[in-house]
Amino acid sequence: MMLVALATVLFVPGLWAQFGGILSVAPPLTVKTARDTVVTSKLAIQLRNGYHVNSNTPADEYLIPLSLTWNPSALRVREIVYPKPKMESYSFSKKPLSVYTGDFEIVTRFAVPADAPLGSSTVTGRVRYQACTNSACYPPKTVEVTLPVDIQAH
Amino acid sequence: MVIRLGNAGAATALFILVLVGCSTSAHVGDAPEALKPAGERRMAPDFALKDADGRTVRLSDYRGKVVLLDFWATWCGPCKIEIPWFMQMEKEYKDRGFAVLGVAMDEDGWEAVKPFLAEMRVNYRTVLGTDMVAQQFGGVDALPTTFVIDREGRIASTHVGLASKSDYENDIQALLAQP
Repeated sequence: MMLVALATVLFVPGLWAQFGGILSVAPPLTVKTARDTVVTSKLAIQLRNGYHVNSNTPADEYLIPLSLTWNPSALRVREIVYPKPKMESYSFSKKPLSVYTGDFEIVTRFAVPADAPLGSSTVTGRVRYQACTNSACYPPKTVEVTLPVDIQAH
Repeated sequence: MVIRLGNAGAATALFILVLVGCSTSAHVGDAPEALKPAGERRMAPDFALKDADGRTVRLSDYRGKVVLLDFWATWCGPCKIEIPWFMQMEKEYKDRGFAVLGVAMDEDGWEAVKPFLAEMRVNYRTVLGTDMVAQQFGGVDALPTTFVIDREGRIASTHVGLASKSDYENDIQALLAQP
């Protein structure tokens, strides 16, 4: 009976989903800002243990970089700052690879134009990554991201 | 915590557990798969895929040969370790009825694959894979995934992730020795 119960718990959809992705992105906090300012948003990313993704600047031309792309919106992307990559050695590579592992953040600096519409809206984007373990690699994947924005009058 | 289930719930959960237990797919990190006895091998699904010259290649064209079918991609580091092994095996065993067939899974297609093949001087045939063919082979997701196929077109062993060169050589030599 305990096995049956365990099987049932494993297949509860909400729990199962936690095991589904190699990389997960936490829903970003709402950006509360005003017109004619520059605002920063952090995107918290978590990678499953034992996996790595290529950094945004992999050394090998064939490797697929991690990338964050924002769709056009009322905000203007000033700068996307990726964390400093780790140079790690893997059994399948003669030279160390530029990668991210574990938890890390990507920071975006947005400019809010003077004529940006007031009120609540969202900015959408996507994180593209390609993950590997020490012995296998997985096809590139894309995670959609939604950033809530609240532009208030001065 | 133990969850108490009714008969129907218990039966459903047990059915799911049995299904999972019956899965025959190999996974990354599994111990190297030994050659299956001939009676336990299943037929490799046939496919028709294009090679770099636009010619259609069918797996069934290789019937009568031992085939090493390698699903790989240019962005896959572990695949790049195995490819030189496969080039050497193609050279060493091709006159004994052996062939390597690469299935490239790059979503950018030949634009990405052709320069890579030229750079590596790959000496065996490569076709461009599709998601449908990957599904037919059990949902190939982790790369490299390599199937060693016997002369009758049956899957004799499956290797998911970077395997050892000797595992492949042992498989190939054993299958070539079989009539």
